[in-house]
Amino acid sequence: MPYLSLILGRIGKAVIVLLAILVFNFFLIHAAPGDPAAVMAGEAGAADEQFLEDLRERFGLDQPLPVQLWRYMSGVLQLDFGYSYRQQMPVLDLILDRLPATLMLTGAAFVISLALGILAGTLAAMRVKRPSGSIIMGLSLLFYATPLYWVAMMAVLIFSVVLDWLPAYGYATVGAGYTGLAHAGDVAVHLILPALTLGLFFMAVYTRMTRTSMLSVSQQDFVKTARAKGLAPGVIQRRHILRNALLPIITLAGLQAGQMVGGAVLTETVFAWPGIGRLMYEALMQRDYNLLLGIFFFCALLVILFNMLTDVIYRLADPRIKQSAA
Amino acid sequence: MTLLSSVPGRLSVATLLVTLTAPVLAQETPQSGGVANVAIQPEPPGLMLPLVQNAPTQRVAGNIFEGLLRYDADLDPMPQLAESWEISDDGLTYTFHLHPDVTWHDSEPFSAEDVLFSVDFMRETNPRTRAALDHVADVTAPDDATVVFTLDQPFPAFIQAFEVGTLPMVPKHIYEGTDYYNNPANRHPIGTGPFEFAKWDRGSVIELDKNPDYYEDGKPYLDKIYWHVIPDAASRAAAYENGTLDIMPAGSVENFDIPRLSEMEGSCMTEAGNEYFNPFAMLWLNNREGPTADKRFRQAVMYALDRDFAKNVLWNGLGQVPSGPFTSSLAAHDDDLEPYPHDPDRAEELLDEMGYDGEPVRLLPLPYGETWTRWSEAVRQNLEDVGIHVETESTDVAGWNQKISDWDYDIAFTYLFQYGDPSLGIARTYVSDNIAKGSPWNNVEGYENPRVDELFEAAAVENDPDKRQAMYDELQQILHEDVPLAWIMELAQPTIYRCNVHDLITTGIGLNDGFKNAWIEQ
Repeated sequence: MPYLSLILGRIGKAVIVLLAILVFNFFLIHAAPGDPAAVMAGEAGAADEQFLEDLRERFGLDQPLPVQLWRYMSGVLQLDFGYSYRQQMPVLDLILDRLPATLMLTGAAFVISLALGILAGTLAAMRVKRPSGSIIMGLSLLFYATPLYWVAMMAVLIFSVVLDWLPAYGYATVGAGYTGLAHAGDVAVHLILPALTLGLFFMAVYTRMTRTSMLSVSQQDFVKTARAKGLAPGVIQRRHILRNALLPIITLAGLQAGQMVGGAVLTETVFAWPGIGRLMYEALMQRDYNLLLGIFFFCALLVILFNMLTDVIYRLADPRIKQSAA
Repeated sequence: MTLLSSVPGRLSVATLLVTLTAPVLAQETPQSGGVANVAIQPEPPGLMLPLVQNAPTQRVAGNIFEGLLRYDADLDPMPQLAESWEISDDGLTYTFHLHPDVTWHDSEPFSAEDVLFSVDFMRETNPRTRAALDHVADVTAPDDATVVFTLDQPFPAFIQAFEVGTLPMVPKHIYEGTDYYNNPANRHPIGTGPFEFAKWDRGSVIELDKNPDYYEDGKPYLDKIYWHVIPDAASRAAAYENGTLDIMPAGSVENFDIPRLSEMEGSCMTEAGNEYFNPFAMLWLNNREGPTADKRFRQAVMYALDRDFAKNVLWNGLGQVPSGPFTSSLAAHDDDLEPYPHDPDRAEELLDEMGYDGEPVRLLPLPYGETWTRWSEAVRQNLEDVGIHVETESTDVAGWNQKISDWDYDIAFTYLFQYGDPSLGIARTYVSDNIAKGSPWNNVEGYENPRVDELFEAAAVENDPDKRQAMYDELQQILHEDVPLAWIMELAQPTIYRCNVHDLITTGIGLNDGFKNAWIEQ
């Protein structure tokens, strides 16, 4: 029962936060100069007053701001996110259409960075003050400090243009018409460069954090006790040190997971990956209010969900964290 | 041993034969088949050309939709959906005879009724069509294959209005009586063109298929066109380099990449197909207030600008420095006009004469990428060299539109399309009844000159070419003296493509006119 009320309380708070985010975003977006009608008129290369009036009327932009907000919010409460002005499609369709590509990319990057980061960090912690440990730390510093955009361009240059091993961009080979397994393989090949590029930064962060955390845990008394008991070093590393060192990693992983929808704008742009990040950037440039608000909503939703999930995982990883503490 | 040594010998003879004969074949016999991979940027918001008028839509949808006419490099009309046409001597009646046996992509027949419907449709939805059809008093269809336009006064530019972007044909049987903007056909556009809409993976690729029932025999030659959506300019360049893309329309890569890509082996470049639009880069000079309200200041700006430097360094020598307010592609261009030279001393004299006190002027660049940013830096440098105090502002595209539309600038970059005739592309920038807040495409600088108004109005409806030219000459001299805005460059529109793609651009409308003649040498 206390669990249930805790979860219900959490969900109630989440709904309020979501609504507040929507209202805040609504005003933020409308504060930016220019509106979608002006952008579309600008792109058309010709415009007269009638054209602009027609557009604003069609989009409902001729109404006062509070009326627009009321219309939008009452739509959202019925799970109607409105129409994209520019793409002439329901916002929900556009987002759901792009969501799988982004989740695949960010999900793959998440798994890669977490797995490799923890592995590299553990190795570095075990080989502290040895050359191999220094090499790992040097590389992770390099990946940490290099701008993502540049890494992406270099990866394309080396692996696509010069070596011709991997496709330079896109989601699947255009016109190949693969189905089934062949299609999945094709997508996987396309996924390698963007997922690695995107995962590199977080991998470096996990490496550094795992190492530091493990080194500090390994000084603690219970580790000495375990050694004194005569446990094998491998078991101590895995069961005593690593498990206790994982808490800060989980915090960070929760943060990274929360960025899964909106955090890949640059990578998606360089690799022409048809995901949400690009959709968001384009919607921002074109002042496509409805679409942008819709994407913000999904980003916020995901952050909240992963925060809740992180809390649950904390409890699993460390039974000392009681629900009363939450 | 003999076998091994003889093989290279034979090969080289064969290669020689091929290289000798290929160019001859290339000129004469188009080959059917093949797929074109083309870059498109940005991704078009939709492909229903009659409703969506931005540049990438026009580029893709020019294959799906057609107009009554096309225009050659001299902007003379060529047949398309209209097989032939007559213009009465008084310039008031235009009669079009439609091509027989034309069908829409859904196999419904195309007829004169569709033309009448399209005229109404486009007048309702498109400001540019409204302007071009301003003098049309009546449109009738005496029979299924004939359309007659009657004008209320002669308007020689009217014959330029039948290009696919200005007056595309809209299928009446699909759109009549519907809410145009929410018609489901907008997602699967139906036209009469050489290629049909097949599929659109948003964010990735637009796929067009050959129209097997196209009314011109044997055309089109290509089986498919893939339009690749790649948002990053450097990635697009890489995709051309590694062979994924075959055709890079103008604007696909940053200017500094153009020499590298066009000099690759088997890579060709052309500036053709720019004649109809001929984008004209200008600096809006706010004629209402501040230093730019003084004619001497505006002339000083013209003298201060090193336009040849911008052309040679920023635009790789492509394009043309304009001699005055009319671009060189226009028939009405006055060849005798002396262009403003780069003369900083003269500029300083003029500034002294007006008593310029160093009041800062704001410069608003066009947020269209690296070349434009660099260009604004060059302009700033030129202006500061003659003692003008410049503050650069920065915005994104939406903010730029807003500032221009609200006249909130001193000097601002823009470029405008010409549409083949001064009355369509040029007059709108200078006539005083086109001064209205809210649009970035009218008389934004606020120039008012009754004589200019009078001449533009009279020239547009003057049917005698000599009299018309006399008016346009006078206009060019007045504008050249008054400098309502600074003419900085006639922009080139270079297309980079693989040399085995032939007849890619065959009209003055360029790639926007569709790929109906294009073929790939196998």
